[in-house]
Amino acid sequence: MSSTGSTDSAKSTRKTGDGLAKKTEKLKLDEAQSATPSPPKVKSKGLDVPKLWSESKDTRKSAAAFVVIGHVDHGKSTLMGRLLLDAGAVAQRDIDKYKKQATELNKSSFALAWVMDTGSEERERGVTVDIAQHPFQTANTDFTILDAPGHRDFVPNMLAGATMADLAVLVVDANQLESGMKGQTKEHILLAKACGLSKVVVAVNKLDATAPKAWDEQTFHHVKAEVGKLLQSVGFEKEDVLYVPCSGLGGTNVVNPAPSSGDTAWVTGASGTLLHHLESSPAASPADDQVKAPLRMQIADVFRGSITNPLSVSGRIAAGNVQVGDIVVIQPSGEKATIRGIEVSSEPGDWAVATELCTLHLADIDPVHLRAGDVLCSTAQPVGVIRSFVTQVEVLEPLLPQGVDVHVGRLHVPGSVAALISTVDAKGEVVRKKPRVAKAGETANVKVVLETGAPLPVGERVVLRSGGSTVASGRVGSVSVGR
Amino acid sequence: MRLIKQNIEQKDGSGTATLLPEEPEDMWHAYNLIRPNDLLRASAVRKIIQESGSGSRSVDRVHTTLTIRVTKLDFDPQASQLHVSGRVAEENKHVKLGSYHTLDLELQRNFTLEKNEGWDSVAIDTLKESINQDAKAQLWAVVMQEGLANICLITDHQTILRQRVETSLPKKRAGSSDHDKSVQRFYQTTYDSLLRQIDLSDPKPLLLASPGFTASSFQQFIKTQAASGANKQLQQLLQKIIVAHSASAHLHSLSEVLASPAVTSKLSDTKFARETQLMDRFFELMRNDDARAWYGPKECEAAVERAAVGKGGGVLLISNALFRSQEIKTRQRWVKLVDEVKEQGGEVRVLSSMHESGKRLEGLGGIAAILTYPIEDLGDEIEENGEEDDAWMNGDGNGHMNGIEGRREYDEDIDI
Ligand SMILES: Nc1nc2c(ncn2[C@@H]2O[C@H](COP(=O)(O)OP(=O)(O)OP(=O)(O)O)[C@@H](O)[C@H]2O)c(=O)[nH]1
Ligand SMILES: [Mg+2]
Repeated sequence: MSSTGSTDSAKSTRKTGDGLAKKTEKLKLDEAQSATPSPPKVKSKGLDVPKLWSESKDTRKSAAAFVVIGHVDHGKSTLMGRLLLDAGAVAQRDIDKYKKQATELNKSSFALAWVMDTGSEERERGVTVDIAQHPFQTANTDFTILDAPGHRDFVPNMLAGATMADLAVLVVDANQLESGMKGQTKEHILLAKACGLSKVVVAVNKLDATAPKAWDEQTFHHVKAEVGKLLQSVGFEKEDVLYVPCSGLGGTNVVNPAPSSGDTAWVTGASGTLLHHLESSPAASPADDQVKAPLRMQIADVFRGSITNPLSVSGRIAAGNVQVGDIVVIQPSGEKATIRGIEVSSEPGDWAVATELCTLHLADIDPVHLRAGDVLCSTAQPVGVIRSFVTQVEVLEPLLPQGVDVHVGRLHVPGSVAALISTVDAKGEVVRKKPRVAKAGETANVKVVLETGAPLPVGERVVLRSGGSTVASGRVGSVSVGR
Repeated sequence: MRLIKQNIEQKDGSGTATLLPEEPEDMWHAYNLIRPNDLLRASAVRKIIQESGSGSRSVDRVHTTLTIRVTKLDFDPQASQLHVSGRVAEENKHVKLGSYHTLDLELQRNFTLEKNEGWDSVAIDTLKESINQDAKAQLWAVVMQEGLANICLITDHQTILRQRVETSLPKKRAGSSDHDKSVQRFYQTTYDSLLRQIDLSDPKPLLLASPGFTASSFQQFIKTQAASGANKQLQQLLQKIIVAHSASAHLHSLSEVLASPAVTSKLSDTKFARETQLMDRFFELMRNDDARAWYGPKECEAAVERAAVGKGGGVLLISNALFRSQEIKTRQRWVKLVDEVKEQGGEVRVLSSMHESGKRLEGLGGIAAILTYPIEDLGDEIEENGEEDDAWMNGDGNGHMNGIEGRREYDEDIDI
């Protein structure tokens, strides 16, 4: 049965084609609805944002967002808590407080992870569920941490983080290499690639706990070799991958270098600290035409920013620029909103450009028209809402005409692979027309039909998943508003 | 459905059957029995407008029995209603011959059906299935993830989405409890909606499925409600809850859930489990590119022609949507195929297009086969023959389904 629209059904009169959908009662909870009186109209200053951006380019501090990925429990959140603590972005007394509370839940080893794991369920269960976004600064760079969950059930959330990042930090528990290579170490690597990431810092973690002896150098080299092989097979360039031996829990080689004597004597010779590597991997700044393109930003979160900003959205600007006073369109609802405030790296500003992670405070729109996964775009050229598309995908698991969840960053909608059109070789030449199955490792042209309309531009990166596994990934080719 | 009387001739399929729909799902059976061009006799309410000499109008509603030659069927699974349109085939004092009328089949009112092309084997199987009085399996399922819950009723033949709860949840944020609060509100709304749907005095099994912890947290939520409230009936519901894993809250995740032993053991219905199992097996073979698995109309016909879907493990999986084709030729084509497979000793499963396994099958053209021996070049032959065969794609596309199978146990002639 075709279920009713997730985003479009409630807010528009879009007709759903069957009786079932028509009769299904709809419930909407408007979380962000508030009774604040409408504020005075926001005026645009009419800034030439591309010009301002290009003038400020040389003097601006470099910025980078990195997504922290890897198999469940390999120590991602702990490592990030440690990074923030040692970089001075989080106070020791906060950690002490967490330690006390975590001990009460019998989870004392998670104290550092609690900096990332702020949800009550996350803390009770000791598992990250959703992306934690946390900015911090060093002398040279404004960083944003996007700490992803490792559990396979939360891969959709990991994807949301990966599409907002400039690079990935892959955390690998040196003592649990195998499970990860079959699980989410592998899947996350595939997805990082599918999301367009090319740079990876591999943190070979928990080296304090190698057996029989801590800080075993051979273990580090073994993990490095195995993970390196996988990364290269997926298409990462050797020179884009760095390896850091470390211990997040102990705080060794994260911000502070490892002691140069004892078990860790070899570490400084092998690699700099994690922070050092992050600082040496600045994000490329956007090209001029990317900044001048029509505005497009996928909404990662819709929330109540503060009393004064009752309705805010956050995300990474994929293309174009935005300034206070701009009027934008939200797809798929097609509703307009006014930008009443902008924050980049928690600093208020007048404008923001492509590749920046920002919070936009909105006015003149009812929150029912907004949800995570929607796309905020320019009124002149809004992204089209489509029902089907053709895509060339890398097949990761055998693919048939079948039901799939279609993921684009934060968005995921039910759909199906309606037809296998052909398989092609490396040059794009057709190998087989209408194959009965597309095998793992093949490249295939397929037609994907969505159950509900979704805002997908041509060229967008999509991931197809089924039964909790990633089955294929590619980019949107031709699109259609019909099925 | 109850069979009131029938006089179907085994030889040529002529004759009529009079049936009494007793429960909502019977409308689904009726939808699969009645085809265009059939003669349908059922009661109808006719509005008689009388204009008096002074110009005042009075409207009389009279019950009458109409016989129509069916032109169109409109099934509403959500409301379990079947509207059958056609031209009046027997005149009476209220209606003219040849005029158009729509009959809304009603519960507890007989209808009589005569098949234009006669009762074929699939129609007879559908009839037997519809009058099967075995205990009916029923369960409620809530497939969910944070912010989205699909509440469905699952019966022997249908998965019916009864309500969708959707809420935009703010994501977690350091120093803010908005996320946790709105998750609680989401549980509350889902709980309220669920209680509006289910009958607490006669609770059916309730399946809660989600990725992560959502389903078990929701179960906990229901427990807390039961413990705090005075509603004794909730206690009984608690006993009926099954928590399971699903990859997402989207409905197609149900097939995975329903195949899990935790669920199949609670369902009296083994037919359903068997179908899911066969679909899984088929997909498994396909994934390994095993040449014993083929899908698509031409491919399956070619396989049957080569006697590869017979005794010793041959299985034909076919969606009942194919038999609902407007074209009698198309229907006959599939009936013939089904008969052939049965003759060769293969197993035929007619899957309900309104169940998840039937939906999966529809994606494959509505028809798939597991062969007794591999045929590598089956696809090539068809490639050479050229022309497209998309008949299955032109169905009504809404996914109607019914879990009717070619039941072997009914092989002897019916005497109903
Ligand atoms: N010995 C040792 N244990 C560590 C280290 N880092 C993390 N751990 C432990 O590993 C467990 C999991 O840590 P997390 O930081 O929650 O792991 P994660 O990768 O964020 O887990 P998910 O987000 O749920 O995928 C905790 O008990 C940590 O104390 C380390 O460097 N050494
Ligand atoms: Mg974590």
